[in-house]
Amino acid sequence: MKALKDLFDNLKPNFEKGGKWEKYHTLYEGHRTIVFAPDLTTKAKGAQIKDATDLKRVMITVVIAMIPTLLFGILNVGEQHFLAVGEEATWMDKALFGAMSVLPILIVSYGVGLLTEFIFCVVRNHPISEGYLVSGMLIALVMPPHVPLWQVALATIFAVVIGKEVFGGTGMNILNVAMTARAFLYFAYPADISGDQVWTYFADKAPVDGFSGATALSVVYDAGVREVNAVEALNEHNSIIGDGLYSLSNMFMGWIPGSIGETSTLMCLIGAVILIATGVGSWKIIVSGFAGAYVMGLVMNLLAVNEYMALPPEYHWVMGGLAFGIVFMATDPVSAAQTETGKWIYGFLIGVFTIIIRVTNPAYPEGIMLAVLFMNVVAPLIDYYVVKANKTRRLQRATV
Amino acid sequence: MSKIVKLKKGFDMKLVGKAPLEIANLAASQTFAIKPTDFPGIQRPKVLVNEGDTVKAGTPILIDKAMDQVIYAAPVSGEIVEIKRGEKRKLLEIKILADQTITHENFGKIDLNQDRDALAAKLASTGVWPNIIQRPFGIVANPADSPKAIFISAFDTHPLAPDYGFTLQGQESFFQAGIDALAKLTKGKVHLNVDGAKPAAAVFSGVKNAQINQFSGPHPAGNVGVQIHHLDPINKGDLVWTVSPAGVVQIGKAVLQGIYDASKTIALTGSELTKAGYVKTFVGANVASFVKGNLNSGHVRVISGNVLTGEKINLDGHLGFYHNQITVIPEGDYEEFLGWIKPSTAKLSFHKALGMFSFLNKGEFKVDTNTHGEERPFVVSGVFEKVLPMDILPTYLFKAIVAEDFDEMEELGLYELVEEDVALCEFVDPSKNEIQGLVRHGIELLMYS
Repeated sequence: MKALKDLFDNLKPNFEKGGKWEKYHTLYEGHRTIVFAPDLTTKAKGAQIKDATDLKRVMITVVIAMIPTLLFGILNVGEQHFLAVGEEATWMDKALFGAMSVLPILIVSYGVGLLTEFIFCVVRNHPISEGYLVSGMLIALVMPPHVPLWQVALATIFAVVIGKEVFGGTGMNILNVAMTARAFLYFAYPADISGDQVWTYFADKAPVDGFSGATALSVVYDAGVREVNAVEALNEHNSIIGDGLYSLSNMFMGWIPGSIGETSTLMCLIGAVILIATGVGSWKIIVSGFAGAYVMGLVMNLLAVNEYMALPPEYHWVMGGLAFGIVFMATDPVSAAQTETGKWIYGFLIGVFTIIIRVTNPAYPEGIMLAVLFMNVVAPLIDYYVVKANKTRRLQRATV
Repeated sequence: MSKIVKLKKGFDMKLVGKAPLEIANLAASQTFAIKPTDFPGIQRPKVLVNEGDTVKAGTPILIDKAMDQVIYAAPVSGEIVEIKRGEKRKLLEIKILADQTITHENFGKIDLNQDRDALAAKLASTGVWPNIIQRPFGIVANPADSPKAIFISAFDTHPLAPDYGFTLQGQESFFQAGIDALAKLTKGKVHLNVDGAKPAAAVFSGVKNAQINQFSGPHPAGNVGVQIHHLDPINKGDLVWTVSPAGVVQIGKAVLQGIYDASKTIALTGSELTKAGYVKTFVGANVASFVKGNLNSGHVRVISGNVLTGEKINLDGHLGFYHNQITVIPEGDYEEFLGWIKPSTAKLSFHKALGMFSFLNKGEFKVDTNTHGEERPFVVSGVFEKVLPMDILPTYLFKAIVAEDFDEMEELGLYELVEEDVALCEFVDPSKNEIQGLVRHGIELLMYS
């Protein structure tokens, strides 16, 4: 510790005014404050003491909440691989295989994203903010397991620059940064992030005969087209590699193909518990998001003209990325609604729109990405009306 | 008709260094100072005395040329020893070396049956008037104005705050006289807001001529701004006055005795004082005799006021005009290895983010002046709302002030706030913004443009 402090102290003159790396002082301070919480004190006027929680601690709490989905995702990538190629494998093999495909994505996401942030911080001379700690993890978790790394890098740069820095950096962005990255890939390279072929990583092996890589969402959509019962179609899917791959319980556990972190509803719920218990994520958004999806599922049932619409609403909770999106993306405080009333509406509508897009739009099998981005854009409008109601109350009070 | 209001939002802090209810045996202060910077509304301060002059308690020593009917008087009798100015000759302090026994200017007992304007003018000439604060803006009231109502918070919920029942014991008659005088000054009511969680202290329980309301809940339930919001909120164009209980007693003494008696009992608090307690002194007292030789460590911050709204002063600095306590806590200018992630139950936090287990700790917290992080843009939402028990959207209001959007500031309720009401917001903000300064900036924008 003393040695570390000396190291920083020795480097310090280079970064001070007139030093040879003066331009990069924000990088120096950024790193020093990670190792040592800064020695700043409160001003002479105003609050003389401050809460022990800072933004770094808030952000790391979100990262911790995502760890279960990351670990499960690593294991599941291996599980899906060995299931698809029809080989027996130990947990160790699965974890190793998963780590080999997930960790590079994570490293690229953090490496490229942080580098982009650092460049912006130096150029614009503002302090390094903690926001990317969360975005970097999120971007990796919403990628399919064998997405080309250069695409991850490209999407990350796009998201950080266009999604965040052009608005002024952390706290100023309109869209969720990680969702922006995914949407960029979705529209720029659809072949690598949609369809039936990308959700299981085969590596250099061939899948077993009769294997289908279709996700639960496309199985249900297909059932609608073929006019067979959706739940039965899910239960019968891929019986070549084992029964009940898309049973309700298995989808809840998450042993299904999909993007790295999104498959397990259970792990997302563990994350939700961490976010809610620590007060970092808004429980209002999470609860209303799930409620919105369920209610819209019921409405679809009532109006059902095809098998997809007749799908029991609880299936919507466990298929696709709904749980992950609501727990980790919708709760991003910067892009979400910021009034407490607005949060109820915002979360609820994300759930509703996700189901509408899923069920009624054949071009987009998953709706959560577009629903979150759409509601990010609409959130200021919701807040506008909540704020307006507050102003009106004040005004009415004045006239009586 | 009295009201009972129970508040839920807010945050109580239990800190080390509460003052026991006894008068500490400490040497009296030698010097006393009036600091124009304690009065944010003063526009053109003018000193009426010169260094070397002798004054009595109640002698006018300062006026604001923008409102010259209100005088700022010497709190004690003695000699003007220093008129301290800062950059651009900004007036900082008028310092008085006190006599051994205090003599008072005598301006005669005040007849409460006189005309309202004459009474206001009379009080304004005695030195007690700056105790009357105008809302909106939190500035010294103008005697020519007629307020909608007058509000007095009879309890202080700030951390380590003094117990007014103790500091004002035996002052019942003066307090009542002060209330009577205030009742004359308004067309509306005088509201006396007492702590609903405890039986009212003797000095407040028998008060007549005022509406007694009960407030309970965590801090800021004792803030007069919060109480006004729940009793009779301030709208655009409204004018209300607020007075602290100690101020009411001073007004009462002026009425009954015809003198400006600036004596008050203040609390000495904080973890770094060897002996905490109460001490009898006067407005603007030099704190050196209370803290020197009474410290647990060398590297401390002396705060005039409490830890949320107070002001840093030197070891031989002077008590602020409106302050009823001093707090001494350690300075926090140290680096902490991995301080942003280390779990702890000993660090005080409103939040429960990773590793912040202070909510499990039911004991008292020792706090220092470290900011525990750097300043950042607003990121987390919904936090300010939890500590501001008013129908106000704080995040939007603060952003309106940052953007200097006048209409928004008005419409979102800046007229209802002064610094102390948002002090908890400033404390809990994980982005470490200076919100009290921001609110004062917004108020000044509304006042002067």
